[in-house]
Amino acid sequence: MTTTQEQTTQIVDMVTVVIDGFEVSVPKGTLVIRAAEKLGIQIPRFCDHPLLDPVGACRQCLVDIEINGRAFPKPQASCTIPVEAGMIIKTQLTSPVAQKAQKGVMEFLLINHPLDCPVCDKGGECPLQNQAMSTGRGESRFRGTKRTFEKPINISSQVLLDRERCILCARCTRFSDQIAADPFITLNERGALQQVGIYENQPFESYFSGNAVQICPVGALTGASYRFRARPFDLVSTPTACEHCAAGCSMRTDVRRGKTLRRLAGDDVEVNEEWNCDKGRWAFKYATAADRLTEPMIRDESGELRVASWPEALAAAAAGLQGKRSGVLVGGRATVEDAYGYSKFARVTLGTNDIDFRARVSSDEEREFLAARVVGSSTTYRDIDRADSVLLVGFEPEEESPIVFLRIYKQVRKRALKVTAIASKLSRGNEKLKANFVCVVPGVEAAVIAGQELTANSVILVGERAAESRGALSAVAALADRTGAKLAWIPRRAGERGALAAGAIGNLLPGGRPVVDAPARVDIAAAWGVDSLPTAVGRSSSEIFAAVNAGEIDALVVGGVDPLDSENHHAALIALKQAFIVSLEIRPSAITQLADVLLPVAAVSEKSGSFLNWEGRARSFETAVADSLQRCDLRILSMLADEMGRPIELATVKAAAQELAALGLWDGAHANFAPVSSAAPQSVSGNEALLTSWRRLLDDGSLQEGEENLAGTARKPVVVISPKRASALGVVDGDTIRVSNSHGAIVLPVLVEAIHDDAVWLPRNSRGSHLLATFGVASGALVTVVKD
Amino acid sequence: MAENHDHQIEPMRYDLGLEAVHAAPVTKEGPKSFGAQLQGFWVIFRTMFKKVNTVQYPEVKEPTAPRFHGRHQLNRHPDGLEKCIGCELCAWACPADAIYVEGEANTEDHRISPGERYGKVYQINYLRCIFCGLCIEACPTRALTMTNEYELADDSRSKLIFEKEDLLAPLRQGMLLPPHPMYPDMDESNYYKGEVPGSHPSQESASPVNEVNL
Repeated sequence: MTTTQEQTTQIVDMVTVVIDGFEVSVPKGTLVIRAAEKLGIQIPRFCDHPLLDPVGACRQCLVDIEINGRAFPKPQASCTIPVEAGMIIKTQLTSPVAQKAQKGVMEFLLINHPLDCPVCDKGGECPLQNQAMSTGRGESRFRGTKRTFEKPINISSQVLLDRERCILCARCTRFSDQIAADPFITLNERGALQQVGIYENQPFESYFSGNAVQICPVGALTGASYRFRARPFDLVSTPTACEHCAAGCSMRTDVRRGKTLRRLAGDDVEVNEEWNCDKGRWAFKYATAADRLTEPMIRDESGELRVASWPEALAAAAAGLQGKRSGVLVGGRATVEDAYGYSKFARVTLGTNDIDFRARVSSDEEREFLAARVVGSSTTYRDIDRADSVLLVGFEPEEESPIVFLRIYKQVRKRALKVTAIASKLSRGNEKLKANFVCVVPGVEAAVIAGQELTANSVILVGERAAESRGALSAVAALADRTGAKLAWIPRRAGERGALAAGAIGNLLPGGRPVVDAPARVDIAAAWGVDSLPTAVGRSSSEIFAAVNAGEIDALVVGGVDPLDSENHHAALIALKQAFIVSLEIRPSAITQLADVLLPVAAVSEKSGSFLNWEGRARSFETAVADSLQRCDLRILSMLADEMGRPIELATVKAAAQELAALGLWDGAHANFAPVSSAAPQSVSGNEALLTSWRRLLDDGSLQEGEENLAGTARKPVVVISPKRASALGVVDGDTIRVSNSHGAIVLPVLVEAIHDDAVWLPRNSRGSHLLATFGVASGALVTVVKD
Repeated sequence: MAENHDHQIEPMRYDLGLEAVHAAPVTKEGPKSFGAQLQGFWVIFRTMFKKVNTVQYPEVKEPTAPRFHGRHQLNRHPDGLEKCIGCELCAWACPADAIYVEGEANTEDHRISPGERYGKVYQINYLRCIFCGLCIEACPTRALTMTNEYELADDSRSKLIFEKEDLLAPLRQGMLLPPHPMYPDMDESNYYKGEVPGSHPSQESASPVNEVNL
């Protein structure tokens, strides 16, 4: 409450200081180094970082300061001193004392810094190199022997530490402590032997370690996957957006000769500040995998896929779809423009509303919830900053939307923001958020949600897994209505919010227009230049599979969907074998094995477009790999629609974006959300337990393939059970136990943690633990837990 | 200036005014005197006794000036490890963008150069190279030098992109073909200071292609 008032109503006190003879007014509390920046005066620095607490570790930013005629006896570190009225500051530009002090510090820093710039990855973009040029001496006076360490050492499989190069600025340790809440890295020893180290007993398993590499002002921390790959002048940099989750990080993609070599966190104060997660930073090799699909293929008479020309493949796809009852499965990874292409293709070309972007466990309740409460809503990161409490429902921020986790943790650290997590298992992320853990039986979250006390200033963050618990989303909507709290739905995949806005779902047309609303249909039909649109509400993805099996749908257009992501994938696979399938994919999958026509599409780095992040904020990006020959989904759908004689007229991404923007948001009545009552709790006896799970950030996801260094920091797959169950089974941490149902079994080491006594937790899609593929379900179902 | 600044555009003139050009009149001077002609023949006669500069290239090849900028060479340490560390400073210095380098990490099992890094891909495009020698100045390990070889003509563009194998110096007496480990009890700084005398027997057993040892 107080923060909101401070930010909105309090008038900020301004302080006027003189820096190098120029007056500047800055808010009270501003650091001298920032006040100087405002004037365009660059003071050299290493440890200073605007998002980390000041520490004054490197001493490079020394300046001469005088207040009311009294000068500080010695130069002061401008990164730790806030401005005060009447300060007269002289930087290296006007004060010989400051200049000499800075040169002295630089000389000290370089004494033990090795002269290995030619082999250092930072060479060419190194603040130490640059400032040694601006502030250092041409020749070293040091004649002694430099301190040496073994180099480099792995602090994790993806981060390498060269202690010789470290200048002890403490940026990495402050980052891991203050931003990521993973204090696994620290400064050991003192004096000349001081060095960055890791705790021996705890592995450095941070999801954010890449940021420490990025903010290291020297080459002490380097990434294993970019090691010795390129120099800055080799790289063509493009501002991009991250395709891995709905957080919507802005990124920078560096490409050398048509190949993405690295990605860095971009700078967006409203979204990711300057951070991103390791998945966004390092998981990009899937686009250059050896098995990338590059040629269109069609299935010939013998049942084998063979390479075909584009006209031939499009003709085959058109022939297979023409006059058939068809459905469209989009997947959660399409850009807004591509999703709009699918949406329009389904309605105009195929004449159906049977389209669903939810390639995961979903429900009809969720679809109604999305239409009524999520389309067009605008809860933002700023709302988390201002919230007096945050309620997490079916959502693990650290695992499912890491930047949301960083944002919540920032407020937890700054002002002890109250976080409440409704879940069956206490996660490490929620421990770090000091969350009030409300332990529930899997499947009956609704009653607990209804009992929460929130204010109008609270924020409810509900994840896509809430759809797995019947009635949970209804309870969340009711809670938001009752308390006036802000509500945000945070899906895991980057394209879901955009696909929702683009109408790639059975009950909505683009812009959140309900399919059942006649004026809305007329609106869109007029804009698209067609006589009418299909009137019946479309099927959901599981209904589409069921309809194929029932012979009600003959053909499917599938883009980026893995059938193993859906509940009851056996039915899905049977359905896929029966239907005529046009698959738009980047790499082989279970779908491409069954496809009748296979059309290769561009990966995110090879196309332009935009995502909507969970806030509904557009995250547009340009083509990073400019010389790619791959076409985006939209272009291919447009060609296919032309081939079928019912064009969608969306030849370019820009055209789609403009058309969608021109349609705008629906200003009519939103669909009513009929609440769904929750299910009765299932009774659990003996060795039975209710399954609960979520996907970890680093797991066997298809976009993380080919990056071994990243996979090395994934958390180890374990089965989590409660102490009570552990003693009943007679197991301790590390013993293996067997979790099974009628479909299959998973054997993993056990970890005894805070979890509901009736529940058992497994990672949903990690090595050795693929729940949907093994059990056919991922949560809320009864499984048997026995000692192996 | 202002009064001269009128906006009238002068119409295009199609006659080029050639008639106004006065050609210099050709004058016939007549034959030179016999003495003057003899003077001319004397020059020819005198030259017959001078040293001939013509070289019967390509049958005869004259050595170039010792610091002539010819084809590049990637040098080796005395034990055969490559001096190139793949730092790309040569590529950075190159004003013609003729050099392409990709670095890679040395491992214990696969050591190409002393230290952490070696050049995995090294290409010089002699269609672009202007032989300025800035790359040589930039090289921090004296890995890249220029030979006096100037015969760089060829019949296809691709043949003029020299790969690392084309540029590497041959193995001399005492050198072993990498990959092989560093000289025992020495590290990269000993290599850079020139303290490695040659290959050590222990390195030989680890070198995969001993028979190439010349």
